[in-house]
Amino acid sequence: MIRKSQSITNKLWSCSAVLGLLLLWQGVCSAGIIEAYLLPSPISVGRALITEFPALMEHGKITLKEAFAGLFLGVVLGFLIAVIMDRFHGLYRAFYPVIVLTQTIPTVALAPLLVLWFGYEMTPKIILIVLTTFFPVAIGLLSGFQSVDPDEVTLLRSMGAGNVSIFRYIKLPGAMGQFFSSLRISASYAVVGAVISEWLGGFGGLGVYMTRVKKAFAFDKMFAVIILISVISLLLMKGVDYLSKKCMPCEQI
Amino acid sequence: MVHLKAEGIKKSFDGRTILDGVSLELKEGELVSLLGASGGGKTTLFQILAGLSLPEEGHVFIGEREVTGKPGNVSYMLQKDLLLPYRTVIDNVALPLLLSGMRKKEAREKAAGYFELFGLEGTEKKYPSQLSGGMRQRAALLRTYLFKRPIALLDEPFSALDMLTKHAMHEWYLKVMEEIKLSTLFITHDIDEAILLSDRICLLTGSPGKITKEILIKEPKPRSAEFHLSEEFLEYKREITKHLLDGKIR
Repeated sequence: MIRKSQSITNKLWSCSAVLGLLLLWQGVCSAGIIEAYLLPSPISVGRALITEFPALMEHGKITLKEAFAGLFLGVVLGFLIAVIMDRFHGLYRAFYPVIVLTQTIPTVALAPLLVLWFGYEMTPKIILIVLTTFFPVAIGLLSGFQSVDPDEVTLLRSMGAGNVSIFRYIKLPGAMGQFFSSLRISASYAVVGAVISEWLGGFGGLGVYMTRVKKAFAFDKMFAVIILISVISLLLMKGVDYLSKKCMPCEQI
Repeated sequence: MVHLKAEGIKKSFDGRTILDGVSLELKEGELVSLLGASGGGKTTLFQILAGLSLPEEGHVFIGEREVTGKPGNVSYMLQKDLLLPYRTVIDNVALPLLLSGMRKKEAREKAAGYFELFGLEGTEKKYPSQLSGGMRQRAALLRTYLFKRPIALLDEPFSALDMLTKHAMHEWYLKVMEEIKLSTLFITHDIDEAILLSDRICLLTGSPGKITKEILIKEPKPRSAEFHLSEEFLEYKREITKHLLDGKIR
């Protein structure tokens, strides 16, 4: 009860902070301190959001499709990598540095190459998202697998359990907490990754829309799409939170 | 009838011999304690008896069958209760049934039948973190029991409990053991506990560890609360303490 009322107070504080910033922003724009073509006011951004809503939804659908496909494949890949590396220690030592290396390549540098190799359709975009999303999942799961209590493993072995049972009853459920915090990160990467890959070439999607309105100097629309992207990321993260609560009922006590 | 027998067990780690020529026997329905200083190789010996670790020399038998290095033949319970935090109590205790290939529903039903005997009624749907220390330990014992092996190896199962809970658990354990015809080999470093519970106490001393003395506790079971305060009890305690200390000094 106390926790609940505390979280309501917390929300009240953050909401009023956001509201205050918006008011300040509107004030600065209305007073003409910053020119309207440089910084659109919150009201004009809101108006753009409403008038552009059908177009935004159309492009949003494409971006979401890419993000989901990429995230799904990325999670599958991350999961497989984690399982294999956990099982075969030699592979872990050989490939862990390589996997870390893949993450040092800037997404923006990789995207044009992928476009060159795979064209302007969905494939290069999904590949880019897979490349950015598999990593947190693989690392999170791997450290989850490796942090299981060795005594729990001993206990199951004493009951005659083999590797599959140990994985199923101890390692997998024990790594769920880490899996979901990684999935949260991957989900936000997926949306951002989709938008970035669309910047560099494509026929539709929020990134394509963004480049178009930027070229037209329609900054109100630019802000509108930024807000939409943030909202999508937030919703995805909330979705992951919901899923983690469903999958880990023991955390709810 | 001899149930579990170990002969001439030798084991070393990193060139240091931990156990050398350890032999012991556990008869049906008997409770034998293994008493010794920490780090004296008690847990190592248990892992060998449970088949989790291979000795360099020596053999382990259950009845006539050799089980050296073969896990899954005895119930093994460690100091920590090791209830898995993300499984409900019933799913935790039903784990050995699931591992033996039983279906989930059937396993749950079977496990639920023992909750009263183990004083766990009403906790089926709870998570381990919601139980008290004593309850958790009882749940761990039920899990050990459901593994359905007539021999249990318990590695300091009650050492984390407060004195009163420990006493209650002792009485309860002896009762349950009687009821389900269990033979128990028990590790402890608590001399009082060993005298109260055991039919026989084996003292594991020295480095490398050897069983240097066996003491028969003749007091009939069930033992009354008075026994704990009697002259005989103290005599046993004196004998054991002296032997353990001698072993240490030497």
